[in-house]
Amino acid sequence: METHLRRTVVWYGGVGLLTGRVFRSMALPPKYFRLVLREVEVMGVRSLGVALTAAIFTGMVFTIQSAVNMARFGAESYVGPVAALAILRELGPVLTAILVGGKVASGITAELGSMKVTEQIDALRTLGVNYVKRLIVPRVLAALVVFPLLTVLADAVGVLGGMVIMFVERGADVYAYWNTTTYWVVPKDFLTGIGKSVFFGAVVTLIGCYNGLSTEGGTEGLGRATTATVVHVTMGVIVSDFFLTKLFLTLFY
Amino acid sequence: MAPPVVEAIDVRKDFDTVEVLRGVSFAVSREETLAVMGGSGMGKTVLLRLIAGLIRPDSGQIRVFGQNIEHLTEEELLPIRRRMGYVFQGSALFDSLSVYENVAYPLREHTHLREREIEARVVHNLGLVGLGRDVLSLLPAELSGGMKKRVGIARALSVEPEMLLFDEPTGGLDPTNAKLVAALIVQLRGGVCDTAIVVTHDVELARTVADRVAILIDGRFAALGPVASVLETDNPAVQAFLAGEAR
Repeated sequence: METHLRRTVVWYGGVGLLTGRVFRSMALPPKYFRLVLREVEVMGVRSLGVALTAAIFTGMVFTIQSAVNMARFGAESYVGPVAALAILRELGPVLTAILVGGKVASGITAELGSMKVTEQIDALRTLGVNYVKRLIVPRVLAALVVFPLLTVLADAVGVLGGMVIMFVERGADVYAYWNTTTYWVVPKDFLTGIGKSVFFGAVVTLIGCYNGLSTEGGTEGLGRATTATVVHVTMGVIVSDFFLTKLFLTLFY
Repeated sequence: MAPPVVEAIDVRKDFDTVEVLRGVSFAVSREETLAVMGGSGMGKTVLLRLIAGLIRPDSGQIRVFGQNIEHLTEEELLPIRRRMGYVFQGSALFDSLSVYENVAYPLREHTHLREREIEARVVHNLGLVGLGRDVLSLLPAELSGGMKKRVGIARALSVEPEMLLFDEPTGGLDPTNAKLVAALIVQLRGGVCDTAIVVTHDVELARTVADRVAILIDGRFAALGPVASVLETDNPAVQAFLAGEAR
């Protein structure tokens, strides 16, 4: 119990210290910007399929479930705004962060963990290279760009999927559906979701990087670190989503 | 008299409950090679990592190029590390980069040389370690153990170090490659880099490359001095280690 508590404290402290070092190392030399672009490609372009597939099916499932059940109360005409609010405020950013985050962060942990156990990170340090600037900051900067962009696309695809399923399955009038949705949904519904995704991007990447850098115990340790990253990312996104929701509701309502 | 390049004063280091170094003191002067010997797990690599600032001592002082490094931040250590080259036991080559990119890496990071100049420096450094242009495009996974060591040395030389730190340079090599690496370390003293600390358990290597040798036993130097006098000491612990009878 004491060991577990100690490990937890060390983990949170380590992530906090790494975050501090990342903030202090944000000023990158121009030659490192190609690394940011490379990471945008690795995180963003290669995760597009996962993010959009999840978004369109979630949008369709949520909308059809809402339609069937809201019809029981005679409120089927409000399915559009209800589904859009759920997608824009929660489902879009959270699902994107969990799915893409799990994929991206476990990849980062595997790569950095492998470098750690083969002493490549120590090699960088002995060559006088600031490894936080070289390995961590480009990934965090890329995530700050990629996660909101993916969330915007996931939002759009999710809402569109809902509208299509309502038209196909329930014979809804697309024009009326869209009008009701845009009447009730306001820009801050969309923007708070995007705000969350920026935060999720940073959390996910920092967890992946920290778990990679603290990998110990050879290839077995690497496996453990990668698995732990998926769990940490999922829990990190779900728990921080609650606090971000409370914060945004306090600030903007 | 010139100040020592490296000076350690009563350095101690524990890992959890294990006392690895229990008060180690020594100094290395310019143009000197010190071999640190000891059995596996005696803290030789820990000592080298302390000198490079990769880990911090629990107590004691470490002065490198006249500067106390034990309280410096990672960022403050970077310029000091650029003055030394570290050759890792497992070579620690960047496995996704070719030999050329590995050796060019420090040049790309710290200089504004043109590609043609970088290539000339890479070829020169590889030449110093006895490797030709034919290895430039190979990946580390395609190299033998001896070649990896030599590429690691070539990469360390790219920063034009004032001091080289070797961690078990002949570890895991066959006798022929071990001799080649030993000869290479001697050859580097001929103007390329005259100051070195070599961590090894190989008595023959210490005899070949070192001016002085230190024997690390139970976290302390059991002997430190010129190679001949240490290897012929009547200290029973040192004799037991040299005879391969130490625990």
